[in-house]
Amino acid sequence: MSTPLFTGAEMVVKALSALDVKYIFGYPGGSVLDIYDAIFQQNDFEHILVRHEQAATHMADGYARATGDVGVVLATSGPGATNCITGIATAYMDSIPMVVLAGQVPTSLIGDDAFQETDIVGCSRPIVKHSFNCRSLADIPNVIAKAFYIAKSGRPGPVVVELPKDLLIPDNKGEFHIETNVQMRSYNPTKKGHPKQIRKAVQAIANAKKIVVYSGGGIVLADASELLTQLVEKLNAPCTNTLMGLGGLSGTHKNFIGMLGMHGSLEANKAMANADVILALGARFDDRVTNNVKKFCPNATIVHVDIDPTSISKTINAHIPVVGLIDIVIQQILDELDATNFTIDQTSLDTWWQQIEQWRSVKSVSYQQDDGKIKPQRVIEAMYKITKGEAYVCSDVGQHQMFAAQYYPFAKPRQWINSGGLGTMGFGLPAAMGVKLAFPDSHVICITGDGSIQMNIQELSTCSQYNLPVVIVTLNNRSLGMVRQWQDMIYGGRHSSSYMESIPDFVKLAEAYGHVGIQIDTLDELDSKLAQAFEIKNKLVFVDICVDEKEHVYPMQIKHGSVDEMWIKKGVKA
Amino acid sequence: MRRILAILLENEPGSLSRIVGLFSQRAFNIESLTVAPTEDESLSRITIATKGDDQVLEQIVKQVNKLIDVIKITDLTERNHVEREILLIKVLAMNDKSRTEVKRITDIFRGSIIDIGKQVYTIQLAGDADKVNAFVQTLAHETEIIESVRSGCVGIARGEKALRV
Repeated sequence: MSTPLFTGAEMVVKALSALDVKYIFGYPGGSVLDIYDAIFQQNDFEHILVRHEQAATHMADGYARATGDVGVVLATSGPGATNCITGIATAYMDSIPMVVLAGQVPTSLIGDDAFQETDIVGCSRPIVKHSFNCRSLADIPNVIAKAFYIAKSGRPGPVVVELPKDLLIPDNKGEFHIETNVQMRSYNPTKKGHPKQIRKAVQAIANAKKIVVYSGGGIVLADASELLTQLVEKLNAPCTNTLMGLGGLSGTHKNFIGMLGMHGSLEANKAMANADVILALGARFDDRVTNNVKKFCPNATIVHVDIDPTSISKTINAHIPVVGLIDIVIQQILDELDATNFTIDQTSLDTWWQQIEQWRSVKSVSYQQDDGKIKPQRVIEAMYKITKGEAYVCSDVGQHQMFAAQYYPFAKPRQWINSGGLGTMGFGLPAAMGVKLAFPDSHVICITGDGSIQMNIQELSTCSQYNLPVVIVTLNNRSLGMVRQWQDMIYGGRHSSSYMESIPDFVKLAEAYGHVGIQIDTLDELDSKLAQAFEIKNKLVFVDICVDEKEHVYPMQIKHGSVDEMWIKKGVKA
Repeated sequence: MRRILAILLENEPGSLSRIVGLFSQRAFNIESLTVAPTEDESLSRITIATKGDDQVLEQIVKQVNKLIDVIKITDLTERNHVEREILLIKVLAMNDKSRTEVKRITDIFRGSIIDIGKQVYTIQLAGDADKVNAFVQTLAHETEIIESVRSGCVGIARGEKALRV
């Protein structure tokens, strides 16, 4: 019996099956029609047809964030591939495992400015973890296997694979061999932390009088939440999460002192500024955390654990760097604490917590709801109550994102899904769709604004096609709220192009796509109508909530100041 | 401070563009860059001369190392090493006096005249950057430089130390 032969397109599909792919998100076009034909003839995974390739990348991204699996995108050459760019950059900034399969014109036409030809590997080079140009039929399966391995291992990230049409067509066939246990001489991410560095880190922890644990998205990506909780409890240390790290330690844990950074809590930023030891776990000292780096925590010994050496001492010098997988390193730290018979310095710790409670008592994350318009924060609190804090909350970008981060305490990692690094408006809805596919029985919310939702609103159509009953909660303030907040605070109140003049009737729009639309205008109807929205399980519900357009996000770091210099509310400094 | 980085990487299409792209993306400086396959054709070796303080250099080394195609990178300037570059330079040699003088300077610098035209000499010189600079300056005093090309530096560690897979 002779070995069966396959076309390149069939190899793509067989490789994806071999890698246990469940969903791929994409849009057909000339260069990838052979792959689409092969997808039609298989049952291992489902293809979700989006309405715009950017949404395909965000759906794959949302799926990856919620499950931890690699998100897969398929796009045609040229515009199909370039439409993926924003989604690739979004995944890159937040270290999300993603593989983008992009068609390409036939090899013989590459470089000729052929129809729908773009050098997508070149276009995406600064925003990918790696990319591959497939140049032979036999390469296809192993290139895809390598792409998955690279996307998911070490510090995860997006990988682009370019597939020229001549490798996919029925004229060429070859044997299918795939090695899913990938070995590469040039890529071996570190796993364990260096024992000497672990000892130094534990020494610093043991000598600390005012320690703070600052944990980030790395904890979520590595599913290291339980280990983090163990460590925090063992040290009885205050712990702050970054925007990307929310849920890493439960938002209701007694040691949780809130998010830190630009819109973080006063107690989190004060704890950072006054700490003598900062234990940074899977966080990268982003400028939205540090504020002015020159004034950042001058008295603290910084222990920085990260899988990516480039994140260490990039913006803030680390005194004790530890490179390794965060779950393994935390376990090493726990073991070393045991081995050295660590005991808490109770007197110092008590004084430290008293100080933190004082900052906490300021209640920096708070708002006033009067009889007037609905405050956006009030909506998030209602959402939290109705969903018992168990929903997947997928956010767009702007004020609503910050309100959700502040007022929905996430109990678990992967529950909070947002574009933290790139800040991509239009991310929320498609991301929520990806999450809903993965967890059809859970509440999946897209929290958004009247600006963001319109950046990928065409996906309401995809939701109809695949019956994806997410709940869209739009904090409608008839303007680009965060832009306007900055214009109010920094640009003399000149609202240049931040007012949305012709907002559609979202209820009618939702209905036009076959969904349910609910309008909420007054406070007295908020709780009941919102509860009603969450009771509808089999249909997408678009809740359009008219909120106070004058509300600003507070607290807020003062530009160029230190980490703890903050506005608590309009005109009031901490 | 000037540093010389030696990089060993997979000889794949696009590898070089990733290195060059990284330097421009992250606003690192490139003074010179040379690249060629090694005796093992699956590998390329790049030498980059760059400038930056310790913190910038640390980031450059880490960022380059992070590229998937890169197998090893080392900062040659951290220890004893040899560096060389090649200069090919075409100068006016119109009359006996200038021909004699150009020949004399070339001999002193241990260069060699590798081509002669009716009115020009083409000279080859190997050496480190300082030597090449000094040679070009000296020639410029004596005659007119028509054209010159420098290879950019290549470097290797002294002694037993080696950059290999």
